[in-house]
Amino acid sequence: MGSGRVKEEDTVSESTYESDKTESEAKEEEEEERKTKKKESLKWLEELPDVPMGKLPPHLEFQRTRVECKADAPIHTDTLQYSGAFASSGYDNSLRLDNFCDNFRVEVIRLTEEDMEFDMIGIDPALANAFRRILISELPTMAIEKVLIANNTSVVQDEVLSHRLGLIPIKVDPRLFEFADNNTPNEKNTIVFKLHVSCEKGKPRTAVKSNDLKWLPHGSEFPLGSEDFKSGSSAKPRTYTSFACSQDKLPEFSNNPISTMENIIISKLGPGQEIELEAHAVKGLGKTHAKWSPVATAWYRMLPEVVLLQEVEDEDAEELKNKCPVNVFDIEDLGNGRKRSTVAQPRACTLCRECIRGGQEWEDRVSLRRVNDHFIFTIESTGALPPEELFTEAVKILEDKCERVIAELS
Amino acid sequence: MEHGSFSDHSKSSFSLSDEDHTLANSLRFTLNQDPRVTFCGYSIPHPSDNRVNIRIQTTGEPAKDIMKDACQDLMLMCKHVRQTFDQAVVDFKKKKPVQDMNID
Repeated sequence: MGSGRVKEEDTVSESTYESDKTESEAKEEEEEERKTKKKESLKWLEELPDVPMGKLPPHLEFQRTRVECKADAPIHTDTLQYSGAFASSGYDNSLRLDNFCDNFRVEVIRLTEEDMEFDMIGIDPALANAFRRILISELPTMAIEKVLIANNTSVVQDEVLSHRLGLIPIKVDPRLFEFADNNTPNEKNTIVFKLHVSCEKGKPRTAVKSNDLKWLPHGSEFPLGSEDFKSGSSAKPRTYTSFACSQDKLPEFSNNPISTMENIIISKLGPGQEIELEAHAVKGLGKTHAKWSPVATAWYRMLPEVVLLQEVEDEDAEELKNKCPVNVFDIEDLGNGRKRSTVAQPRACTLCRECIRGGQEWEDRVSLRRVNDHFIFTIESTGALPPEELFTEAVKILEDKCERVIAELS
Repeated sequence: MEHGSFSDHSKSSFSLSDEDHTLANSLRFTLNQDPRVTFCGYSIPHPSDNRVNIRIQTTGEPAKDIMKDACQDLMLMCKHVRQTFDQAVVDFKKKKPVQDMNID
């Protein structure tokens, strides 16, 4: 608005300067002609609509809310976070909580026991990314950490076997347990599983699956080696865990026994081979080891926006439809055998940019964009908690972090 | 932990242990949107240290107060995200039986 006026004045003074020069040559007709030409060329400036105060002009609003994907690289990828970024045009970029609350929306697209997809609209990538990072590495789960191997004659070595056991998801709510740290394993921080399988001689090979892991609610059954000789036969021998009570007596497990994900092959046993071991699962975080990550993956992508800048018709329409590997475009019949391209499924766009390859003319026809504050978030749970609970837990963790900082500063 | 000067409270660095980009980047976002902040940025001095340094310079208010406000803002935003999300899930579960039903 303001800048437009300044420009106008500049050009006016320029034209008077030019007219001074031409006056000396006394070619008034030519001069007149030039003046009208200049006026016409300035017409576009006068015709520009005034941008109302507190709003951004369309091209800046476009830069602020969209990432434009050109043939070589995307542009305007940054979000402008600084509150005074548009201060000169009277636009307030500061954060107002009520504003955020009005604009923020969530739409669930798909929700099953294992995975969910939802749209998060009106949020900054900084926050969306924080949620994703927390989901992957800071939500606690239970995973097998210690394996006590009594016998392993299978072809899988002890360390490989232990690693495989560690990666098996355990279907139990981690909120019911405490972190073990260096405490003695007890019923509040450890889950014990037993695996004792063998393949008899003369029988065909058998597969050891995760279903063979049996939960031991009373704790470890292996006696501590040094205790073997000292303790009398009447006293209960001390084991690798010290459970005060049986876990299946606790109200939270009395009706739902702890199990692991089914049908995961751990090893295969040939005739005469045997595995006997105990596996102790403890609570941990994904940043220590991926086995404690509660999600298979959690990711987001920005909402694609595909816009046809020109009418794409007939053969070009056919070509455009065939160019796209995910069928974003469709063809509309105009009658008389004429066809026109339409954008049918912009959400399916993977940004392969195949449609704008093939010369400048295609770049002029199609514009690929991403909406800056619209995230398509997908969470795949490993089974400990349903995906919707995982997300709420992740948000709670970010809240806890803030609370800790406030407490530390006060 | 705050590192600043005794005479000028408007410029400070905060050193947060056991935190990473997750919190620092979110805080930078809320801090930057505060009109009282003139400069804000964060760095992780060494990748094997679990520590981030957040630098805040303000127009005059104590940096510590602004930091606390930013945390408060972020917490309220998280609360709102959680509420909205829970509501969306409840709505979806209510709607789902209707979608699954085969009317034909």
